Order: sequence, then C-alpha cells, then structure tokens
Amino acid sequence: MLEDHAKIAALIDQTGGISGRKKLQKAVYIFQRLGYPFQQIFHFHFSGPYSEELSVQLEELCDFGFLIEDREDRNEEEETCFYRLSEAGEGFLTHYKNVLPTVRRLTEQVMNQNTWFLEAVAILLYFDYLPRIEAIEKAKALNNESVGENLEHVLAFIDELHMLQSIEMPVSQ
Amino acid sequence: MVLTRSFQKLNEEKVFKDPVHRYIHVRDRLIWDLIGTPEFQRLRRIRQLGTTFLTFHGAEHSRFGHSLGVYEIARRVIDIFKYRNHWDDSETMIALCAALLHDVGHGPFSHSFEKVFGTNHEEYTQKIILGDTEIHRLLEEQGEGFAGKVADVIGKTYPNRLVVSLISSQIDADRMDYLLRDAYFTGVSYGHFDMERIWRVMRTQDDQIVFKFSGMHAVEDYIMSRYQMYWQVYFHPVTRSAEVILTQILHRAKVLYHEGFHFKYAPHPLIKIFKGEMTLKDYLKLDESVILYFFQAWQEEKDPILSDLCFRFMNRRLFKYVEFTPSLIESKDQLAGAFRDAGIDPDYYLEADSSSNSPYDLYRPGEEGERQPIQLLMPDGTLHELSQESDVVGSITGMRRTDVKLYYPKDRVFDLPEHSPYRERIQEILGI
Repeated sequence: MLEDHAKIAALIDQTGGISGRKKLQKAVYIFQRLGYPFQQIFHFHFSGPYSEELSVQLEELCDFGFLIEDREDRNEEEETCFYRLSEAGEGFLTHYKNVLPTVRRLTEQVMNQNTWFLEAVAILLYFDYLPRIEAIEKAKALNNESVGENLEHVLAFIDELHMLQSIEMPVSQ
Repeated sequence: MVLTRSFQKLNEEKVFKDPVHRYIHVRDRLIWDLIGTPEFQRLRRIRQLGTTFLTFHGAEHSRFGHSLGVYEIARRVIDIFKYRNHWDDSETMIALCAALLHDVGHGPFSHSFEKVFGTNHEEYTQKIILGDTEIHRLLEEQGEGFAGKVADVIGKTYPNRLVVSLISSQIDADRMDYLLRDAYFTGVSYGHFDMERIWRVMRTQDDQIVFKFSGMHAVEDYIMSRYQMYWQVYFHPVTRSAEVILTQILHRAKVLYHEGFHFKYAPHPLIKIFKGEMTLKDYLKLDESVILYFFQAWQEEKDPILSDLCFRFMNRRLFKYVEFTPSLIESKDQLAGAFRDAGIDPDYYLEADSSSNSPYDLYRPGEEGERQPIQLLMPDGTLHELSQESDVVGSITGMRRTDVKLYYPKDRVFDLPEHSPYRERIQEILGI
C-alpha cells in the first residue's frame, strides 16, 4: 500500500529535497528509464515526459504532511516549490525499508543538473526507441529549444548515465 | 510532409444515431472502413466506464460509442476552424483518424488490467495502428507514413500542436465527449455543459486552441462539469471498491497460475499474459465478455480467495472503506498483522486507493509549463489563464483536494466472534 508514494518520499529523502515539480517529473522519468522501480506512466506533454499520477502523488504526500512544500519566488512571474521530507515523512518511510535503491553516483549525477537540462535529457530518452538521429530530429521538430541548444552535452550525459547504470545497477530492478 | 492526395468520399453519407450528438456523420471511405475493422468493432465489447455500472446501473455504454463521439466532435470543430480559415486542410484526415482511433488500444477493465499486468493501453493503441492489423493496412493504403502520423498525433508527438490539441488538451474532443456521454448514461445532471457554445468561442492562436473571453462562462461550465463528474462519478468510492476487488482477482489468478494451481476453469486466454508473453493478437482477443466469463466460473474454484473475490464482484458484495489518514498509515502494519491473525489475508483484503489511481484528472491551472492551461483571448489580444479571470474556476482549482481510502471486507470482520481479540484490534485501528 502506498509504495509508489513511498518511493517518491524516499527519493526526496535521498537527495535532501527537490526544487520544483518540473525537476521532479524529469528526474523520476530519467530514473525510471535507468531501472529505478518507479511505476508511474508518463505521457509526452508540453515540455516532454510528464506523469499526472506522479503530480497527484506528490500532492497527496503534502496533504498527508509527509512532505513540506516551501514556495520559492524566482522572480515576479515565476514561482516554484522546494519539496523536503517532514518529520512525519521520516516516520512514514520507516514502514518502507529499501523501497528505492541507494545508488548515490547515479542519483547525484541526475540531481546536480538544472531543470532545463533534465528536460532535454528526458525528451531524448523518450524517443530512444528510434535511431539516435531520428530521435534528435523528432525532438527538434517538436520545437524543443532545450534539446537543440545543448545537444552534444545532453548526448554525452545520457551515455554517461548508461555507463554508470551498468556499474551501479547491473541487474534491472 | 504535407499530404496532398484527396481521400475517397463515400457515394452516400452514413450516419450513426447517437444519444449525445444526435447523429454521427461519416462521409469518408477511410473512416467508414476503419469503423468496420475487427480491432475497432472490439470496442463494442469494452465498457467506457469499467466498473462504474455497479454504482450507476446505466453506465453500460461502450468505448465504441465514445470513439465515434470523439470523431464527430473533431469533425465539427474542424469544420468551424476551416470556415474561419484557421485550419490546414491537409491535416484533416490525420486528425479525424486520430480522433476515431485514440482509444483503440484499451482492453477490458483497462485500469485494473494495467495495474496487475503492467500493460499500457496507449502502447497498445500505437501497436494496433502501426502493427499487423487491418487498421494499419487501411491507414498505410493512404500513403506511406500515414499510419505513423496518426500514431504521433495520438502519442502527442506530432509537430502540428494544434492537431494534437484537438485530441489532447485541457478542453479536447475526448474530454468533451466523455463528460457528456458519461453524464447521459449515468443519469448525472451536473455533468452537462454547453459544448456548442464552447466551439463557437474557440479560436486558434499560434499552435494552441484558446477561448474568447466573452465565452468564459461556457468554459467555466465545462470545468465545473469536469469537477462534478470526477468527484461524483469517476472517483465514486463504490466504483473504486469494485475496481480494488477486480484488481485483486486478476492478481490472485496470476499468483495461482505461477504456483501451479490446477484451475477447474483454466484461463487459457490469459495464460500468455500471466507468463509475460502476450502478443498483440492475444491482446485483441480479450474483451469484457471473456473476463466476466472467468469471473463467473471462478466462483466455483477451490481456492477460497479467488472464489470469494469473484463472488463479491459478480454479486456486488463490495469492500467498505475508511479514510486513509496519516495516523492509520502509521498503524498499517499492525492492521495487516491483525487481519492475518484473524485469517483474513491482507494482501487481498486490505488495499489503499488514492486519487492518483484514477485515470481522470481535474483541471489545474498549469504546472511550470508542463501542461498547457486553458487560455482566454482577451479583447486586447493578450492571453490570460482561466483561473485568473474566473472566480468560480479560481476557487476550485486553488483548493487542493486529494482522497485516499482504505478498502476492507467489513462483513468478514464482523463475522469474527464478537469478543475475538483480532476483531477488537481491527475495529480499534479502523475506528469502526
């Protein structure tokens, strides 16, 4: 029961907190593609893979009091939220031991990137069933600036993630 | 690639009499042929609302009717856009095919099925459109790559975002049809809204659909309708109870199969999915008739859990619920222990269900550019998000409301001896 919620809480616990829902969405999608046991279904939305399920689960965790949502004002027009585990959330996680693998290097590599970059990574991973050139064309055709401007770096990062995945998570979960 | 070929028209228009749209008009040979394919006809045997018929007995309408309805709405909206010169006609057939086929990959009791077996109806929609099916052959006859374009629209990865928005956005043909259709068949009056008024105030701006500010109240009506349908119908606790039991039946059958259980009524159509080897052809053989046959038959199986769960589903002896509060979450392990001690297997008889489990979503203004909000076209030409202008929408979207319930068999608990320590512990934890 509530294992999916526990995994989100565990991720936030492992990372010390996540700034912004978009970053959470892209990070969870990337982790899912890397074999972490996230079960949410993602669809392609305005800025790449997005899960309504994940969004609601995050809200439910906040409503339960397991996560604290601190609003951050980036500027006048944009507001984002920082999510961290509450004390009650720590208690909640005691019922779910080992719900998420502790894969430090892989987790840190992803979480150290900014949201915009993770968006590009997530989009290219979404199309990775295609040959790479087609995947890039498809992402660009969807007018995604984040993919176009940082392409080399994004591709190198994806390769690095796969390499880390093979070392740190050799058996798929 | 712009498709310039002209698509064959029927000699005479065909119509379907429909309770929501009065008539559904088919003038294109391709659309008529797609409707006649076995993959599309199968949708007649899959209910639009899954287990909702156990709560609202009129909810027997099928995904077939809904798919035709979505096509009809798309057709009428495209006509309006064409009249205003806001539409690229070369996209019309792609959009109409996508509207018609958007749900073709749904299986019986999709939601539960997907939870237990890890399938995804959207992936199956893609497979049906792109795989070895009659639908695919018909689409590819229109030109190489045509099927791929239809699949891309449905998958929301088509470059023309306006075409995608018609089928998938905050006010799209899909939502407009199912809200009205579901309200009609369930008998729920607060699900109605003025759809034609919404069409009249739709405009295109860049690559999105927006709404004239003067039509705001029609849009408000739609949002309220969506809100009411969500909480009164889609997320009804009795429907969710049935869904929980259905999920547990499928789960139990899968476990028994893997344990080598000797079924009296062996589920041959499901064996490949139990093994994780299901092909598209196997998937297409499944519909509600098949599943319900086994639920009916399995009431006679020797496994007491499977037979009991099937009996409950077929005879509407559903689980009761309590609100799953943080303090109850804290006690969940103790509760499961008490159930086990009482001889009630908590793996099948104790289950949480949350709003995140629903395949329906409420309107929320937007999420850091993730989902396109509903935009109003102001008289000065600027765009304002709906909840910024509408007090009604602002009040319901500003309020976060989630709902998590814990389902359990109250009758089994109260069948335990009155002074049984397990019963007392369960009652104390659940507060019943």
